[in-house]
This record gives sequence, structure tokens and C-alpha cells, in this order.
Amino acid sequence: MNRRDISGKRVLLWIGLLMALPSAALFARQTAKNLVPDGMVLVAAGTYEALYDNGGDVNGVAVSAFFMDENPVTNGDFLDFVRQNPRWQRSQISPLFAESSYLSKWAGDTDLGSLGPDQPVVQVSWFAAKAYAKWKGNRLPTVAEWEYAASAGQRSARGKDEEGFERNLLFLTNRPVPKQLPAVGHSQANYWGVRDLHGLVWEWVVDFNSALVTGESRADANLERKLFCGSGVVGASDFTDYAAFMRFAFRGSVSAAYAGSNLGFRTVRSL
Amino acid sequence: MLLKDTGNLLKSILEFNHAYYQVYAGASLTLSISKHRLYRREKHHIKDILSYYFCDGLSIESRSFMFAVQSLKYLPNPPILDEIMAYLPTILGRYLAILFVGFIFSAVSGCQSETMKGEEHAVLTHAPAVPAAIARNYPTKVIVELETTEVVRRLADGVNYTFWTFGGEVPGKFIRVREGDQVEFHLNNHPDSKMPHNIDLHAVTGPGGGAASSFTAPGKGTVFSFTALNPGLYVYHCATAPVGMHIANGMYGLILVEPKEGLPPVDQEYYVMQSEFYTQGAYGEAGLQPFDMGKALIETPDYVVFNGSVGSTTGDKALTAKVGDRVRLFVGNGGPNLVSSFHVIGEIFDLVHTEGGSIANENVQTTLVPAGGSAIVEFTVDFPGTYILVDHSIFRAFNKGALAMMTVTGDGAPEIYSGLQAESVYLPEGGGIQDINGEAPETFVAKTVAERIEVGGRIFAANCVACHQAEGQGIPGVFPPLAGSDFLMSDPTRAAGVVLNGLSGPIEVNGVTYNGVMPGVKLTDEQVANVLTYVMNSFGNKGTEMTPSQVANVRAGH
Repeated sequence: MNRRDISGKRVLLWIGLLMALPSAALFARQTAKNLVPDGMVLVAAGTYEALYDNGGDVNGVAVSAFFMDENPVTNGDFLDFVRQNPRWQRSQISPLFAESSYLSKWAGDTDLGSLGPDQPVVQVSWFAAKAYAKWKGNRLPTVAEWEYAASAGQRSARGKDEEGFERNLLFLTNRPVPKQLPAVGHSQANYWGVRDLHGLVWEWVVDFNSALVTGESRADANLERKLFCGSGVVGASDFTDYAAFMRFAFRGSVSAAYAGSNLGFRTVRSL
Repeated sequence: MLLKDTGNLLKSILEFNHAYYQVYAGASLTLSISKHRLYRREKHHIKDILSYYFCDGLSIESRSFMFAVQSLKYLPNPPILDEIMAYLPTILGRYLAILFVGFIFSAVSGCQSETMKGEEHAVLTHAPAVPAAIARNYPTKVIVELETTEVVRRLADGVNYTFWTFGGEVPGKFIRVREGDQVEFHLNNHPDSKMPHNIDLHAVTGPGGGAASSFTAPGKGTVFSFTALNPGLYVYHCATAPVGMHIANGMYGLILVEPKEGLPPVDQEYYVMQSEFYTQGAYGEAGLQPFDMGKALIETPDYVVFNGSVGSTTGDKALTAKVGDRVRLFVGNGGPNLVSSFHVIGEIFDLVHTEGGSIANENVQTTLVPAGGSAIVEFTVDFPGTYILVDHSIFRAFNKGALAMMTVTGDGAPEIYSGLQAESVYLPEGGGIQDINGEAPETFVAKTVAERIEVGGRIFAANCVACHQAEGQGIPGVFPPLAGSDFLMSDPTRAAGVVLNGLSGPIEVNGVTYNGVMPGVKLTDEQVANVLTYVMNSFGNKGTEMTPSQVANVRAGH
């Protein structure tokens, strides 16, 4: 074969490749789009910088990619769930699975009363949230997944690098609870496209009680046990992330049957 | 001294010469002492031993008998029995001696039984009120119920803040118990709270001062109990992470553990607690101000206040007393960062329980109150007038709000304080009225008379109230009144000139002659218009609007 033949074949190869690339990308995007469940967004794999030392050399916890609800679960969503699963209705639920405050602001078992269907559902226990997630074919996020998704800023996966990020989070978290909770989905989506992670309601995570606190936050730091220093300060990786301290303190204060009026949830699904 | 001498005497009586008896007596005493934790207070040592043996609920006879039996119990068996018999008269002699001493002691000290009796619910009060003194002379079970809430309230005029509170206000409610009381503490967190809370009472001996047992999610309640072992005035606060922020948002208060013998009665008791706030806006910037973590970290608060807000205890909310009253202030400092230089202008503290403890210092001008600490101060008010409570780290008082007032009414003795006796103009640099220096700050433009009055009120509070007083009543003979003032109302243009340029020399206001000096105040035309419109429409005055253009004319000399 002479050189001209070879270069001719190369040209053909390049043309073929160039034509194939856009269609492959289009195909991939189309496939990904079809893969992302309705109402969810893709959160790419990354590292959660744990607030507390996880016992290893680094504070990083690897998080695999997952889908996450764009918005917290709403009253309307939860109404569908209890209609189809009567055992999770207010009058039916076992007291083991929820305190008496469970859905107590609803007018009835399947009646939202004055509450809006687009408001985030609150007064749900961990058991109920978990059952809902299962019913949807999803699951509750882990602390690492939730915190990783929530650490994204507007423009990047690492919000701490953005100007004013922590200050804004502190403002949102510290804001008092309004008399009427606003509807979900009105805050600006973060880098992953997730909304309302900060400042609307607290959210259940599946392993909420893995960051146990004794209540005496200053003493917790002395406890030489993994994750048993939930709200201690010594051992924390970032002393200035007050919003995160508040989340860990809140998680540490509740038990699985707790149904507080400012605690909701959202679900995730593994890829 | 008398007590000490008596103590030494008793001690020598108790120093037994026989080795066995000494060991037995020592052992039984030590057992009893450690059991009752009497060792904690060395200075009351002898008194406490005797109190234990003769006062704590058992009769003298049974105590003495117990004492002797306890001693006998430790005697070795048969071989020594003879010795016991030999020393029996001595033992019996001691027994009688103790009986006698105990009788004298209990008769002298009038000691009472210290057995727990009954149960009661503590009455808690919002500042500046203090619950009534404890009338009991025995310990009881006290049930304390405190609710944590998160509320938006006034921090200063036009400025709101989201306070986290014990009992709905800052500072938290005042708790009063007696030494030895068993306190059953109920901490309830309101369902609308966003945060979990707990409580660390410095009066508690135990992990976290109760914080470890009171971690409470919104809509939940927790209960724990403690015995108030040590008398004193103690701070309590929330200790939930982030601790600094829970305190910075207002979660602190005071608990008084009255000593067994009670506090000497006084005429007035008040609760005053200092603390500071870190807001994103500067001092006075209007609106709902969020917490500023950056300022908290470098410890530069915008507000330093008494009882939770600027002006919480001034004007008609001032503390009150009558001439001759003995006043006791329970002073706390919630911090979170600053140490207070607590001072009452025009008073000397006759007595200060420094840091809320047992030792009393006398004749104190200014006392330090640490963050997370307290002081009990007492003084007698001898002369009528307004006494100003300040943090004498003085810029906090005049620029950040650390100022409260006590109004004393009655007749004053001129030999204690004369009042103003003479005043004349002293101008070594020649005539002309001095200006109060400073650049006039930018200000917003009022659109309506109502806005003018509102903004004018703040300007009045910042510039005029010190002399003309909160209700415009002035100070008779010294500072002329603005309320119902013919001098003011008859010529608003002249008034504008006075504000701009100051005034000296005699003037007649409502038939009274005042001969003083008022400096010109550095204000913009807009501000002068606002403050004059406020003054002419307040304190019962009914006037019209003063506009910036009118002021500009006066300034231009028209």
C-alpha cells in the first residue's frame, strides 16, 4: 500500500468519527434523560466532606451517583400515599411508628383541610417517610448523600467555594418558621437542580441517628466513638459551618417516631 | 468571730484524749460528713458539723445517742471489753457533754429541721421582676417549668431580631429556689420551634449542668431533677450546637439559690441581665436583622443591652424606688462574649456579692460581671432622681444600648446632694457656642408627616433625650421642657435656629427663666425638620410640620 491509500483511509475514518460523535452524544443524552425518573434529578458521584471525623485519615466520604427528588415530598404526594396505604393514615398508624402529632394538622385521614397540596408534608415519622419512599420505588437518602447534594452551590458542586454561600445558608436555616409553610419548588435550584434543601423544612435521612449526640454538645467531643460526636465542636472539620451544626443537632434530637411540624423528607434512588 | 471562738471551744471539747475514742469519733464524724457533703464548705465547718448533729431533722438526744453508738460499734471484740467498761464513764461523760453543747447550740442558733417537706410549683418572672423571697425554712421539692420559643421581637426602635428564648422573652425567666431544694426541671420546646434546645444551669452539679439530660426536639418535653447544693446567683443557658449561636440569640437567664438562712430583706429587688447581639446591619439599621456569625467570631457586637433590647428599662419602663429604699439588683451577664463593667451612675454599691458568690465586698463603684456569670449588688437610694445603669465600658452604653434607668422618687436631703447650685457660661476661648462635632450622616427622606414624626422620634432619642428627657419634660431649673413649651410652640422658626446654632443666655419658658447653654446639633436639614416635627407633635404638643426647606432658610440666615 502506498502512503496516499493510507491517508485516504485516515480521512474516511476521521469523517466517520466526526459524524458519529454528535449522534452518540445525542443518544447518550436521550438515554440519560429517559433514565432520570420523573421529578428527580441526577446527582453525580463525588465526595462528601464530613462535618465530623469519620475515623479515617481523611474526612471525605465517597458518594456514588444517585437520583434525588427535585423538591421535598408534598402534602398532595403524601395524600396519594395514605389513600393507597390506609395503614399509614392518621387514625390507623401504630403508635410505635408515629407520635400523636403525626399529620395532626391535617383535617382528617385523607383530608388536607386548610393545608395546600403543594406545601411540603411535615409531621411525618421516619417510619412513614421510609414507607412512602419504598412505595415510590425509592429510598431515603443517607446523611452523606443528603449533605453532599446540599453542599452544592449555584454554580458548582462545592458551594463553600462560592462567595457568601455559608452566610446565605445560615440565614436560610436560622429563619423562623412561617405560620404557613410556602409551597415547594420556589427556591433557586442548586448546581444539581435540587430545590429547597435549606430553609424550608428539616428533612429525614435514613441514618439520622448515626450521628448521636448526648445533648451535652460540648462533652460529645470527648467520646471516642465514630460519629458519636454529632454536635461537638472538637473533631469537627469546619467550625464555621453553623448551618451544618444545626442540622446535626436537630437529627440528634429526634427519634424515629418523631413527627415534628417542621420536619419533612425527600427520596432518592440509586442508579 | 464569736462563732469561730465557739467553734474552737467545741472543737477542743470534741478532741478526746483516748486513742480509741478519737478514732471512733473521727470515723463516725467523717462518715457523717462525707455523707452530707459538709466538707464542701470549710468555713462553716464546725457550724455544719453541729448543724448536722443537732439540726438536721433528728432530736439532740437521738443524735448524741447515735454518735455514741456509732463509736461503740467500732470497738474491737471481747479482749477490749474491759477497756470499754473502764472508759464507760468517760464515754458517758462525753455523751452528756455533747448533749449539753448541742442543747446550747440549737438554743442559740435557733436551728430548724432540714428534712425535705412538701412540693411546690416555682413562680417564674420576666425581667425586671424577681419572684418573692422564699419564706420556707426547710427544703422542698420545687417543680420548674420553662418553655423554649423562637420569636421575632423588638431589639431597638425599628429593628427586629429573631430571638430564641427561655419563656418568650430575653433574658429568660428568673428562677428562685432555696439551698437544699430538690428541683424537678421540665423543659418544653414549643412545636413551632425550628431548633432543638437544652438547658445548662450553672446551679446544677452534674454533667453539662443538666444539658446532657434536657436535649429537647421541637414539640417535645424533658424532665430532670437536681438538688440545689450551693447557694448563689447562677446563669443558665442553652448548650445545643452551635452553642455560641444559641446564646447569641438570647438563650440565658438567672437562677437564684437562696442560702438556708435567706437573704436579708430589702425594699426592692430587680433582675437585670446584660448581653450583646451581633446583627448583619449596623446599630440602628432598620428591619429584621439576621445574626452575623462573622461579627460574633471577632466579638464586635452592634448591640450591648440590658434585658434584651435597647431601651428595655428606660422611660416609663425604668426601675423604680423611693428615697431611703434598700435596693438589691440581681445582675447577670449572658455574654456571649463580653465581660461587663457594671456601674450605676450616681450610686455606690454598699455591698456586692462578687460573681454571685458568698463573699460580700463593700463600697464598690463598678463591678465586673463575667460572661456566664453574675453579681448581687445592694445599695440604698438617698436622693431622688434618675440613676443610670451602664456597662462602664462606656461606648457600649452610649453607642450600643447598654443603658437602663432607675427612677427614685421622694424628698432629697440637700446635705447628701445639693442639686445644681449655680451655673454660668464659661468660655475661656471667647464667645460663641461650640458645636457638637461630627459629620451629619446620610439619611432617608420622609415623605409624609407621619414618617417625619417616626424618624424624628429616633433622632430625638439619639440627640435630645439626655437633657430634655423622654417625655419632653426637661429638668426643672436646668433644662427647659419641650412639652407644652410656649417658647417652642410660639416660634417654630426660632426653634429651628436653636437646634442648628445652639442657644445661650436667659430665656423664659412657661413663666420660668432658664439660663443655660444648648450646643448646636450637627444635623441635616431633613433631620432637623424631622426632629422638630416630632417634638411639635409629641408630649401633648399639637403643631404643624416643619419642612427641610424651612430649615434650609433658617440655616441660610433668612
